[in-house]
Amino acid sequence: MDQNLQTIFLIIVLAPLAAAAVVGLLMRFVPRAASHWLTIVGVGISCVLSLYVLWQMTFAGAGTENVTVYTWGIADGVHFQVGFLVDRLTALMISVVTFVSLMVHIYTIGYMHDDPGYKRFFSYISLFTFSMLMLVMSNNFLQLFFGWEAVGLVSYLLIGFWYTRPTAIYANLKAFLVNRVGDFGFLLGIALVLTYTGSLDYADVFAKAPALSGQTIQLFGAHVWAVPTVICILLFVGAMGKSAQVPLHVWLPDSMEGPTPISALIHAATMVTAGIFMVARMSPLFELSNTALSVVMVIGAITAFFMGLVGVVQNDIKRVIAYSTLSQLGYMTTALGASAYAAGIFHLMTHAFFKALLFLAAGSVIIAMHHEQDMRKMGGLRKYMPITYWTFVVGSLALIAFPGFSGFFSKDTIIDAVHESQRAGSGFAYWCVLLGAFVTALYTFRALFMTFHGKERFTIEAGHGHGHDDHGHHGLTHPPKESPWVVTLPLVMLAIPSVVIGWITCKAVLYGGYFGSAIYVSPSHHVMEKLGEEFHGSGAMVLASLTSPTLYIALAGVLVAWFCYIKRPELPGAIAQRSKFLYRMLANKFYFDEINAFFVAGGARALGTALWKGGDTAIIDGVLVDGSARSVRWFAGILRRYQSGYLYHYAFTMIIGLCALLGWLLLK
Amino acid sequence: MTAHFPILSVLLWLPIVGGLVVLAAGRVAPTSVRWLALLFSLVTFAVSLPLWTQFDTSTASMQFVENIPWISTFNVHYALGVDGIAMPLILLTTFMTVLVVIAGWEVIQYKLAQYMAAFLIMEGLMDGVFSATDGLLFYVLWEAMLIPMFIIIGVWGGPRRVYATIKFFLYTFLGSVFMLVAIIYMYVQSGSFDIQTFQQMPLGMTAQILIFVAFLLAFAVKVPMWPVHTWLPDAHVEAPTGGSVILAAILLKMGAYGFLRFSMPIAPDASQSLTWLIVALSLIAIIYIGFVAIVQADMKKLVAYSSVAHMGFVTLGFFLLFMIFGKTASVSGTAMGVEGGMIQMISHGFISGAMFLCVGVLYDRLHTREIKAYGGVINMMPAFAFFFVLFAMANCGLPGTSGFVGEWLVILTAMKANFWIAFGAAFTLFLGAAYSLWLVKRVLYGPVGNDHVADMKDISKREFLILGLCAIPVIVFGIWPAPLLDVMHASVMNLVHHVVQSKL
Repeated sequence: MDQNLQTIFLIIVLAPLAAAAVVGLLMRFVPRAASHWLTIVGVGISCVLSLYVLWQMTFAGAGTENVTVYTWGIADGVHFQVGFLVDRLTALMISVVTFVSLMVHIYTIGYMHDDPGYKRFFSYISLFTFSMLMLVMSNNFLQLFFGWEAVGLVSYLLIGFWYTRPTAIYANLKAFLVNRVGDFGFLLGIALVLTYTGSLDYADVFAKAPALSGQTIQLFGAHVWAVPTVICILLFVGAMGKSAQVPLHVWLPDSMEGPTPISALIHAATMVTAGIFMVARMSPLFELSNTALSVVMVIGAITAFFMGLVGVVQNDIKRVIAYSTLSQLGYMTTALGASAYAAGIFHLMTHAFFKALLFLAAGSVIIAMHHEQDMRKMGGLRKYMPITYWTFVVGSLALIAFPGFSGFFSKDTIIDAVHESQRAGSGFAYWCVLLGAFVTALYTFRALFMTFHGKERFTIEAGHGHGHDDHGHHGLTHPPKESPWVVTLPLVMLAIPSVVIGWITCKAVLYGGYFGSAIYVSPSHHVMEKLGEEFHGSGAMVLASLTSPTLYIALAGVLVAWFCYIKRPELPGAIAQRSKFLYRMLANKFYFDEINAFFVAGGARALGTALWKGGDTAIIDGVLVDGSARSVRWFAGILRRYQSGYLYHYAFTMIIGLCALLGWLLLK
Repeated sequence: MTAHFPILSVLLWLPIVGGLVVLAAGRVAPTSVRWLALLFSLVTFAVSLPLWTQFDTSTASMQFVENIPWISTFNVHYALGVDGIAMPLILLTTFMTVLVVIAGWEVIQYKLAQYMAAFLIMEGLMDGVFSATDGLLFYVLWEAMLIPMFIIIGVWGGPRRVYATIKFFLYTFLGSVFMLVAIIYMYVQSGSFDIQTFQQMPLGMTAQILIFVAFLLAFAVKVPMWPVHTWLPDAHVEAPTGGSVILAAILLKMGAYGFLRFSMPIAPDASQSLTWLIVALSLIAIIYIGFVAIVQADMKKLVAYSSVAHMGFVTLGFFLLFMIFGKTASVSGTAMGVEGGMIQMISHGFISGAMFLCVGVLYDRLHTREIKAYGGVINMMPAFAFFFVLFAMANCGLPGTSGFVGEWLVILTAMKANFWIAFGAAFTLFLGAAYSLWLVKRVLYGPVGNDHVADMKDISKREFLILGLCAIPVIVFGIWPAPLLDVMHASVMNLVHHVVQSKL
């Protein structure tokens, strides 16, 4: 039984890797159809087995599995190992990852149909699935870091998938570098863990965690810091990079340069939630530091509200959803900060389904519009593409937490948990997440209305006969049409959990102690327990929402969106005119990009040039190296004059010397 | 004198003999030169393999030893032997020489026999440096190595090769002269040139400081450490591809090897008291040079500067030992830094070698190293792009590649010594990615940059072979560094325990 499970874990991880390797390395020899079949079968195997593991863990009473696969290396007595820790938290994560990945694989057949990089794309997304599984199944920090960087690598490759586009290759470099800033903190955090616990295995570290709480470290001057606080804040810096929290969020909107399937898989459903998962996994450490958790909560709340605001003024349909993802990641982070880890992970799961759905639906629209992403050139698409429309509606309702839809159960719980929390910063965070609900509804329905309702703002130029490659051209050669079944099937498959997953699992995941020992909450941080006392089932929760402010705040957002974009479409322009400062702040995304480009990128180049030209070239080479060569030549030049070879020079010198010597003797 | 097969002597002399044979063949049968050179380099590599397979990982003492009196008046011995520190470096040498021979296959047209001979002779001398256990023999081989390298850069180099060779020669020669003084001093004191004797002999603090500084001058130039690094970018830029590969992959390692073989064990107290200096210079190399690398306009200069930054990790890892011991008075946790530094040496050999080979592939096509002259190369050379991205990722220390292992171990160790040292070292995460991937972006990605790029042909089978051969160890040691760590472990532990014993 255990042996079986261990074999299954290996297959889960290796099946996508094998498929990626075959398709990627033997690309020339693998036929086009084989590339998608191989990878789909690989990920399909992983998905089925993951669901089996989830079933075993949830219903068949299988316990936590902690297995070592091989020893990576032994340095100085520290065993670095590669292995799996699979408990219910992991089982849930691998099921979500492989399911969404499978849907995206199928969808890609349709979306990338005409792309010359078809095979390369399948190889990359399978490689991504492998990396993500390594990350979430790890039982130690080394493998966690491996997975962490590997997903970053694949994200880099996929954002820059269309490598001839200047914007894409700018975005992928930016994404990698910003993530490296986060990894900087992450790695230091891991190093501190090793320094203070002597191990990098989760089980060892967590067992020794309580002993950390009394220890202190001196960083600046005489002030001492609690070790858990420093460790957790550093680890969280890593999470801020990967899960795109302010101020390291800047890479995520730009990552939309990648093809839409990966926006759904990597930049919405899975990779960006790695930070959330990591913090939940590290709950035994984070629970030791109220300071660190306050930082987590406040950063999350700022991201949740302010990034949502930016989403309101975006016109690119993918960017709206991207800012929405930032905002929702902020919600998850806020939940972690409130010690409501279960709620954070629950929102991670529901969000994975409905956000992947929204992205893929947006992708379906983009195909129909011949790669036009500007919503100002859409409108009225509802009648052309009914399946896309209705699945988009489902995703939207889930996103705005409409009672009954999956997002409702997770997001309302987060808002309640933050309300309940007594931690420093929770007051601020509560207002952020509450007002965030209004903003969410506003941008979501703005996108829905601008895309699918109202007047058609595109023209159909019949009979012009320009080819498929005319992307970005405003006119379409034929009316937009519904996408093929490989595209719509995943939409429907994702729409189902977007509706029902909350109903079914809410009670167990949030209040039933589903995660067991996987998530540790200190008894004094019992936010979820308190909420649990008021919880009387999913149905009751839906009913109770009718009397809570959250629902009406969200409905107000929908109403405002309807008024501004359906009823009086001229209004938004007028508002933007009136409040220029606010509009400019939002349209320029609070100027984060400009500040980074100037200070960070410009600063690094200026410093590099100064050190090179000033340090290496001028001082070291100019003064010291060539300078010493020059001084040798100069000195030799002087010496040379004394060896002129003329007899009378020497004779004169001798006479002068003789005179001087005699004079000195006489005068003495 | 032992009766076994003198494997180390063969590794020293076979390539040198091979070099002479190739030289002779160049006059008689020029067409056979390539195959002869390849044959000799392959046989040498094959001979070196038993060093690994028959290596006893349980002992720290010298293995495969040979010892014959050489100049008995001065008690000089022709003494060879390897431990876990030297052995991997010898294999790296024999492996990289094979690649260099293949890399020069069609590229070198001018004085081909001399070119191949220079590299073969170089190989023998380098093997000798890593296996010499006699101080004078070490010194002789160390200096002899300069000659073939001088010729390689001077004859097959670029337009400013004269400036570069003279700078290279004077710099390294000046440094090693002081080393000779130190070696002679210790001979006078101990009556022997045996390195092991040097390591065991008691020395006062003043003598230790002087010896340490003398060795530091020799090794710091070779590594190279800031601020004596400026010869390296010039030498790399002017050197032919093969020269750059050997320079980066092997020659730089000699300095770091010297620290482990001479400076630290011979002058442990001086090392302890001057640790702050080495750590500071290493951090300057990592951060300062990292920034300098970002703004380079010449591909080879960029890779050269990145070499300096990566070698900073090697010296940092070695000397953290003293810092941690000074703080905790215990050797626990110190060996990880030394092992990290050594892994970094091996890994950097493959990665920097591969990076220079990649630059060479581009140079052979467009005859320029200016980054500006490229752009969108991936459109024409997808297979090359695969390798280039792989090695660039390894260069910025991506987990799963060997470039990660050393940096990881050193940063973990640095945290034990001091938070801020780890903080400084971790800058490599950002800087390494910045210079490596910005290079990738400007060279590979984007639309086809110009007509010259549009004419570029993807890598040939020969080029595929050499890049593939580099890629294998980069990935294997990335996902499984255990074999390397095992080989080093006993020797490193022995070293660590030795150097924390005061000689005063």
